[in-house]
Amino acid sequence: MALPAHISSGVSAAPSRTPVYALVGNPNCGKSTLFNALTGLKQKVGNYPGVTVEKKIGTAYSQHGQPITVIDLPGAYSLAARSPDEAVTRDVLLGRRADTPQPDRILCIVDATNLERNLYLVHQILDLGRPVILVLNMMDVAAAAGLDVRAGRLERELGIPVIPCEAVNGKGLIELKLAMSRADLPLSRHAWDIPAPIAPAVAELQASLTANDRKPPLIARAEALLLLTDQDSVRVAGSTPLSARTTEILQGWQKRWEGEGTDWAGTLVNSRYDVIGRIAAEAVTRAGHTGPTASDKIDAVATHPIWGWMILGAVMTLLFLSIFTLAEYPMGFIEDGIASLSDWVKKDSGLPDGDLRDLITDGAIAGVGGVIVFLPQILILFFFIGLLESTGYMARAAFIMDRLMSRVGLNGKSFIPLLSSYACAIPGIMATRTIEDQKDRLVTILVAPLMSCSARLPVYLLMIAALVPGDRVPVATKVGVMILMYALGTFGAFGFAWLFKRTLLKGAPPVMIMELPPYRLPGLKDVALHMLERAWIFLRRAGTVILGISIVLWFLAAYPKAPEGATPQQQLAQSFAGRAGHALEPAIAPLGFDWQIGIGLISSFAAREVFVSTMGVVFNAESKDDDTTPLRQALLATKWPDGRPLFTPLVCFTLMIFYVFAMQCVSTVAIVRRETNSWRWPLFQIAYQTGTAWILSFIVYQAGRALGF
Amino acid sequence: MKLSELAIGATAVVREFPKAGAAFLRLREMGLVAGTRVTLIRTAPLGDPLEIKVRGYHLTLRKSEAEHVLVDPAA
Ligand SMILES: Nc1nc2c(ncn2[C@@H]2O[C@H](COP(=O)(O)OP(=O)(O)OP(=O)(O)O)[C@@H](O)[C@H]2O)c(=O)[nH]1
Repeated sequence: MALPAHISSGVSAAPSRTPVYALVGNPNCGKSTLFNALTGLKQKVGNYPGVTVEKKIGTAYSQHGQPITVIDLPGAYSLAARSPDEAVTRDVLLGRRADTPQPDRILCIVDATNLERNLYLVHQILDLGRPVILVLNMMDVAAAAGLDVRAGRLERELGIPVIPCEAVNGKGLIELKLAMSRADLPLSRHAWDIPAPIAPAVAELQASLTANDRKPPLIARAEALLLLTDQDSVRVAGSTPLSARTTEILQGWQKRWEGEGTDWAGTLVNSRYDVIGRIAAEAVTRAGHTGPTASDKIDAVATHPIWGWMILGAVMTLLFLSIFTLAEYPMGFIEDGIASLSDWVKKDSGLPDGDLRDLITDGAIAGVGGVIVFLPQILILFFFIGLLESTGYMARAAFIMDRLMSRVGLNGKSFIPLLSSYACAIPGIMATRTIEDQKDRLVTILVAPLMSCSARLPVYLLMIAALVPGDRVPVATKVGVMILMYALGTFGAFGFAWLFKRTLLKGAPPVMIMELPPYRLPGLKDVALHMLERAWIFLRRAGTVILGISIVLWFLAAYPKAPEGATPQQQLAQSFAGRAGHALEPAIAPLGFDWQIGIGLISSFAAREVFVSTMGVVFNAESKDDDTTPLRQALLATKWPDGRPLFTPLVCFTLMIFYVFAMQCVSTVAIVRRETNSWRWPLFQIAYQTGTAWILSFIVYQAGRALGF
Repeated sequence: MKLSELAIGATAVVREFPKAGAAFLRLREMGLVAGTRVTLIRTAPLGDPLEIKVRGYHLTLRKSEAEHVLVDPAA
């Protein structure tokens, strides 16, 4: 098929306003690194409305200081989308999204070491008839691998500017900026013949798209080509649907081809790869035969049947060790900081004694502080996840774990998010974005909070202390019970994943088509930036909710006022929270919990570990630092009105089981709301988890009683 | 023979591919088309998935997909 005349002749008009570039490329080609290098810290991160795909827009400045807008589109292998991320990339490029203007120009970044596969996307993009600049990234790696990639040849073959570059160390950036600020960017002169069996269909679809969907001719041609490969295209919210007439034509052709046995999608892909193969052969020469690369050598060990497991185990151990040891110091600082802030407000701020001051100290500061202490852990986790991603080890972990994860119907990519959830479910849930399949991703999000996070530790520790007679808990008992709780949560998570994949979120059997990128030294700056970005999202999303909840919880505990001279214990007992505890008692009495434990359960909504401090108030036992002995003694002394002890070993055990399963963390709810873009899933999660917690606690308690515990 | 039956380290040329199915379309778009040379690099420690080398990069796929990709041993 001949190209329309204006494509081959012309130059695009100089944009009069700030030019808008879209940055596209395959995953792992260095796109984020280039985006950071181009825009520095001038970035805005948001979400595309209706989908949970990150929208990143930044401003770069040309050599003359002119601003250039750059939209960083999600990494994609093809415009025939397989995931919401790819769907957004496709829709923005095709001008299908009302919320994002169609970019004027396209910056296509490719990995020079892997030119053929990277050129597939470029080839599709050239069909769009927009000015394209090709960035040939990773030139250093290509040279080291003995590849001679000639930008000039590519430029001649494709007819667009080709800029060799090394995004990590900023090489080629000046040339790139010069090209980006050119007023006249040539349109690609590259022409390729649409294979004969499908050419009539493309022509007919193109005509219909122009007439019925009001697409400009070139976009219509690109859309027509895409419709043929986009078999069960991922439709995402915010993208405009096709007209009925075009759909009819498309289905007509598909039916006809199916009858004839024509492999239309295959024909199209093959013909693109034919062209690409020729171009790559022109542009790339291999300087002699090189042996196995460093990456190959590392992989021979890292994915070895024995060493592979050991390395995976070591990496994970290191991760958890650093979370728990490194985080300790900043957590101490934060705790001290919060305490002194609270003290200052109490003593020196000049605020009068009274409710307002208490609201600030006991409500806002204590509540938000209780969550902020986890920030160091969360930051370290984000940092590690970023590091695993950018070095390439993440893909290896998924490769090793895939078989095990497939037992419950997930694939290896769910492994790291689930594992991270042992520290905190929030980074885990935010890391599920790398899972392309929407159903797999949802299942992973739904079960992640079942992994026992570090906020549950204080609760477990207190309960274990109360469970075992004597002031010192034997280490073996402590460890044994702890392992049991972690195992319960883990089995629960896998069990529910299995169940959900078979019922609620039944889908096609998951596939594991994944690139194993070469190992790379990470750009620490980019990893740090990524970490801060995530942390900021967490603070913004969870922070506001936590502030609200803390104030509500404070209010519930502070009102109505007890008569003058009442102890904090008496105040809490007759407050709304105390009454809510009483109201809750019939529901939790079958689990062996009374209204006082009920207050603890309610207060856990701010963060699970708040249970411990609430119990301190309820039972009037001030526990200093980490020493829970007074609290433990107070718990053991507590009795039901009829004189039976409240915290029997069975009740302590049941309470731990409840904490393993129940969804009590508002921060997680807020993040799940953000990541799934609806209230439906977080509400479902609260219901199923808390329901399971109740049922299992009921069974354990009643069975325990029947057995005479 | 099937791609899944290839010996570790052996190279073959893709002969035939199932037409339908999103997974196979994706494999094609990742550069695995009729006539492409593939090398089986290794299997994961538990035997599945497979790691192959195609067009100079490494790709994983499960045996359940590899079983449907027919290849001819390369000379
Ligand atoms: N040696 C070298 N490494 C690079 C170059 N560009 C990027 N990298 C590294 O390649 C890795 C991947 O880069 P990213 O920018 O995260 O790649 P991406 O395309 O955004 O990948 P996704 O985030 O997975 O979509 C990082 O470790 C970078 O430091 C380069 O020109 N040379």
